Amino acid sequence: MTSMQKLYLLVPLAPLAGAIVSGLFGWLIGRRAAHVITILGMLVCLAASIFVYMDVMAGNLFNGPVYTWLASGSIRFEIGFLIDPLSATMMIVVSFVSLMVHVYTIGYMADDPGYQRFFSYISLFTFSMLMLVMSNNFLQLFFGWEAVGLVSYLLIGFWYNRPTAIYANLKAFLVNRVGDFGFLLGIALVLMYFGTLDYAAVFAGAERLSANTIELFPGHAWSLMTVICILLFIGAMGKSAQFPLHVWLPDSMEGPTPISALIHAATMVTAGIFMVARMSPLFELSETALSFVLVIGAITAFFMALIATVQYDIKRVVAYSTLSQLGYMTMALGASAYSAAIFHLFTHAFFKAVLFLGAGSVIIAMHHQQDMRKMGGLAKYMPITYLTVLIGAIANAGLPPFAGFFSKETIVEALHHATVPGAGFAYALAVAGVFVGGFYSFRLVFYAFHGKERFADPDHPDVKAADAEAKVAALHDDHAHDDHGHDDHHGDHGHGKPHESPWVVTLPLVMLAIPSVSAGWLIGTFVYGNYFGSAITVNPAHTAMAVMAQNFHGVIGMMSHALGTLPFWLAVAGAATAWFLYIARPALPAQLRRQWGVVVTVLMEKYGLDRFNDWFFAGGSRALGTGLWKGGDIAVIDNVMVNGSARLVGWFAAVIRHVQSGYIYHYAFAMIIGILMLLTLAYTR
Amino acid sequence: MMQGLPLLSLAIWAPIIAGVAVLLTGGDRNASASRLIALIGALISFAVTIPLYTGFNAQAGGFQFVEMRPWIDAFNVNYHLGIDGISLLLILLNSLTTVIVVIAGWEVIQSRVSQYMAAFLVLSGLMNGVFASLDGLLFYVFFEATLIPMFIIVGVWGGPNRVYAAVKFFLYTLLGSLLTLVALIYLYFASGSSFSLFDFYQAQLPMAAQVLVFIAFFMAFAVKVPMWPVHTWLPDAHVEAPTGGSVVLAAIMLKLGGYGFLRLSLPIVPDASLLLAPVVITLSLIAVVYIGLVALVQTDMKKLIAYSSISHMGFVTLGTFLFNAQAVEGAIIQMISHGFISGALFLCVGVLYDRMHTRNIADYGGVANRMPVFAALFMLFAMANAGLPGTSGFVGEFLVIMGAMQVNFWYAFAASVTLIFGAAYTLWMYKRVVFGAVANDHVAQLQDINAREFLILAVLAVLTLWMGIWPQPFVEVLHVSVNDLLAHVSFSKLPVQ
Repeated sequence: MTSMQKLYLLVPLAPLAGAIVSGLFGWLIGRRAAHVITILGMLVCLAASIFVYMDVMAGNLFNGPVYTWLASGSIRFEIGFLIDPLSATMMIVVSFVSLMVHVYTIGYMADDPGYQRFFSYISLFTFSMLMLVMSNNFLQLFFGWEAVGLVSYLLIGFWYNRPTAIYANLKAFLVNRVGDFGFLLGIALVLMYFGTLDYAAVFAGAERLSANTIELFPGHAWSLMTVICILLFIGAMGKSAQFPLHVWLPDSMEGPTPISALIHAATMVTAGIFMVARMSPLFELSETALSFVLVIGAITAFFMALIATVQYDIKRVVAYSTLSQLGYMTMALGASAYSAAIFHLFTHAFFKAVLFLGAGSVIIAMHHQQDMRKMGGLAKYMPITYLTVLIGAIANAGLPPFAGFFSKETIVEALHHATVPGAGFAYALAVAGVFVGGFYSFRLVFYAFHGKERFADPDHPDVKAADAEAKVAALHDDHAHDDHGHDDHHGDHGHGKPHESPWVVTLPLVMLAIPSVSAGWLIGTFVYGNYFGSAITVNPAHTAMAVMAQNFHGVIGMMSHALGTLPFWLAVAGAATAWFLYIARPALPAQLRRQWGVVVTVLMEKYGLDRFNDWFFAGGSRALGTGLWKGGDIAVIDNVMVNGSARLVGWFAAVIRHVQSGYIYHYAFAMIIGILMLLTLAYTR
Repeated sequence: MMQGLPLLSLAIWAPIIAGVAVLLTGGDRNASASRLIALIGALISFAVTIPLYTGFNAQAGGFQFVEMRPWIDAFNVNYHLGIDGISLLLILLNSLTTVIVVIAGWEVIQSRVSQYMAAFLVLSGLMNGVFASLDGLLFYVFFEATLIPMFIIVGVWGGPNRVYAAVKFFLYTLLGSLLTLVALIYLYFASGSSFSLFDFYQAQLPMAAQVLVFIAFFMAFAVKVPMWPVHTWLPDAHVEAPTGGSVVLAAIMLKLGGYGFLRLSLPIVPDASLLLAPVVITLSLIAVVYIGLVALVQTDMKKLIAYSSISHMGFVTLGTFLFNAQAVEGAIIQMISHGFISGALFLCVGVLYDRMHTRNIADYGGVANRMPVFAALFMLFAMANAGLPGTSGFVGEFLVIMGAMQVNFWYAFAASVTLIFGAAYTLWMYKRVVFGAVANDHVAQLQDINAREFLILAVLAVLTLWMGIWPQPFVEVLHVSVNDLLAHVSFSKLPVQ
């Protein structure tokens, strides 16, 4: 093993070591040692990642096995690494955001009894995510895929006494399993047709198999690539929360805020985006699959953004905004703009982590109150949090010169140039979504940080509405928000003014705010500079990115060009609307909600999907299970067949018993008849 | 080094002799002596199987450690033993499980201790006998003999409804296997007056005879696995059995069925196996889907795990009858993994039952608050049961699904449903039992697991993880045996016209 290979191994193993020590021996070493060790592991991991990144940028790629997991028949399943610009970039994002979240956790979880367990989980997550992005084959991808799902499950249910949390984590795991169901079938098809799960070998053979068809239903021959790609993408829909498998992500906000930032915004949920980009040699061979990806992304991007506009829970606003942004990335994939999708993933990781961690900082200051109706005017009390959240919001809204502008604008442009079926639909929704994005981003800023200080004013109509709602929810709904699980220790100082969070919280905010401003300026190299090289394949017929590359004239040029385009002004209009509704005329939103009751209800009900899933899938399978159990197992098999044959034997025995009467002459008579019959039989032959 | 020793005979008779020795300690006055002798006996019995692994030549075909002595000369019945990779893994699993079961019953069993321990030791030896037999009649004798100790275990140390469950178990499995004897006698004549499996493998049989022999075997093995729709004895037996009984039943006894298919059905009647494979596959897929749904609505933890066992064993029969290397190796790996996981899950339920005296899910809630170490281990086994990659539960299912895809997309599709159902019923149960606020005073009184309980669960946890992270050492010993088996299946035995 070369020293470089050892370094590759070090990247995932350092966090794993931290996770094991903190998880198994946390009770022994105590809180301080647990965070020191895990953060040390993360520092090593980040340093190694940076070193690997430099090496990759110098042109040293790697693709090779680490060990043979299992050999069966003629197939070897291996654990191995593929180190190229795509994985190296992901490694930087994952290890950097993870390190920031580790530091932030020291402050956020300071009083939590599960401190060591939490550090163990987030380090374990980092290990799993790194194994996922560094994989050189489908099997290990699936390993990482499911492992991050496991840690996500453990972390959403971290406060396992809360009914809402353990409902949310089960839901998240099961919805993800629905996606994985498709994903695994896709992998099985790949193995069947390519005879290997190794990326390089599969991609090399893809062109050759592109004309193959497969008949899943007799008489319907479908393109093999289309079937494989759509099955794989179903996996991405689960992990990256695309409609209609997005339903788990908003509920995942039941987990502690640091993991909302790390797992449910910056890294894990982008695994699906990463996976499709990694599979670009396959997806590029199927227009149908690309169209499918495009349409699903467009629906997610726009309709989830709409829900964000009516939410009061500060974390849920950010969660729906994440769904919408993931939709943008997915649309980019569908438009063959893989580099733009990964670039948006890259910038989004920073600004969405800032928004979540900023929201967390607010939540600490508000003593675990998440309802924005009870906030307001926080800017002057927590200036660092305010500024960083503002930066995150501007980036999220896609305004120049902040990071989100460059990546989002590129995606919208790419959709404009795309030619696959459904591109027009996607473009329209993407442009409309820019307005909504501008609105909900600034709504959060204005509502929470500006305006009246509602937190100290129990008579404010918004606060009253929030209290009434919380009371109803607590009475009627098991799944309602439960504020009693974790924040009891804050109760005694609940009446003071809110104040800025400690440095372990604000430092990560600042560290993440810097790239939220500036990461977009890398667009020249990242998107248009053949940065990914051979890691991403684009069919020459898909010209969108090539055309845009010709029109690209640097960062300044892009910004000045944007001033004359619709998306920019829509984002500004969204921000202005938010200002008008929440600063200029703060009484108006309540009035609008009454006037637009039906629309608001539909959005608050999340288009009824949760109710439908609960009723149809959860209720339906329980009813079916009960039916099969009581009807099939108990009634038919046990009562009729098993006990029935026992009864038959019993009945038969009861009849036969009469023959054994005990009278000698009965037996003698039977004997004579028997002998006669035998004789007859013998002589008639 | 160990060449001189009859290792397989030791693997069979060491536990049986130990069992007799335990019986000799007599009544419960000497309970601690019974336990100690049982533990030493189980450890020795496990120790003698280790040279089987270290001395096994994974590259060589055929059977190893062969022993051959005449038994009943008149009918050419021989005490003929030998193992290939498939039997090797099952023997190791069986002997290890016996150690675990003896430790698990240490404090829990207070009445008729010597008989309890003896039953498990004898059962262990008999089951090793099944896995090591190369003679048809010997196989049959061991196969049937295993019923007796298990019948006693359920009937004596079981729950309130133990007699019904024990009789149901006994009759169900006995009736299933009666025809096997007929089939063996037929094969005796068809193969030129021999009970040797090798001669059975060579015998040319017309299709009609093959189908009848297949059906005779199928009835015995399908009941044992158990396959849908002859599975209903298992939930009852599990619910009534003591913890140790459930562990052995799920971890080893069900595998006698899966092993029977591999050792007898496939190589002896390959043409009938190929002909009837779609039937077996359909029944297996019904087991995966139907039983998965039934498991979801169970209110009794043991019943839930019993149904989950049936669903997971569906992968064994599915993989076996797909006839490709991935699927068959997956089926065998699934048997071993299921031994770890279902054994561990029944032990977990036992841990809770010993404290709360209820198996009802609704009586629990918030166990994690009082038993964090237990909760962590239980979580690992629950995830393994849900087939999470990195645990042994994934390996077999993954290989079988990969193998199924090569035969038919919809086979793979139906099998993959387990990804959703397996997670749903396991994790929903886990949520209701372990998560949440402390549900009642009884839960509030719970004590975390003691060193003895930790030890047995930790051993299984290590094995579950090892097999998930690096299954190669387990699969390695299988390759040649599976290739041999598949070669048998691909070679038609119909008489040349």
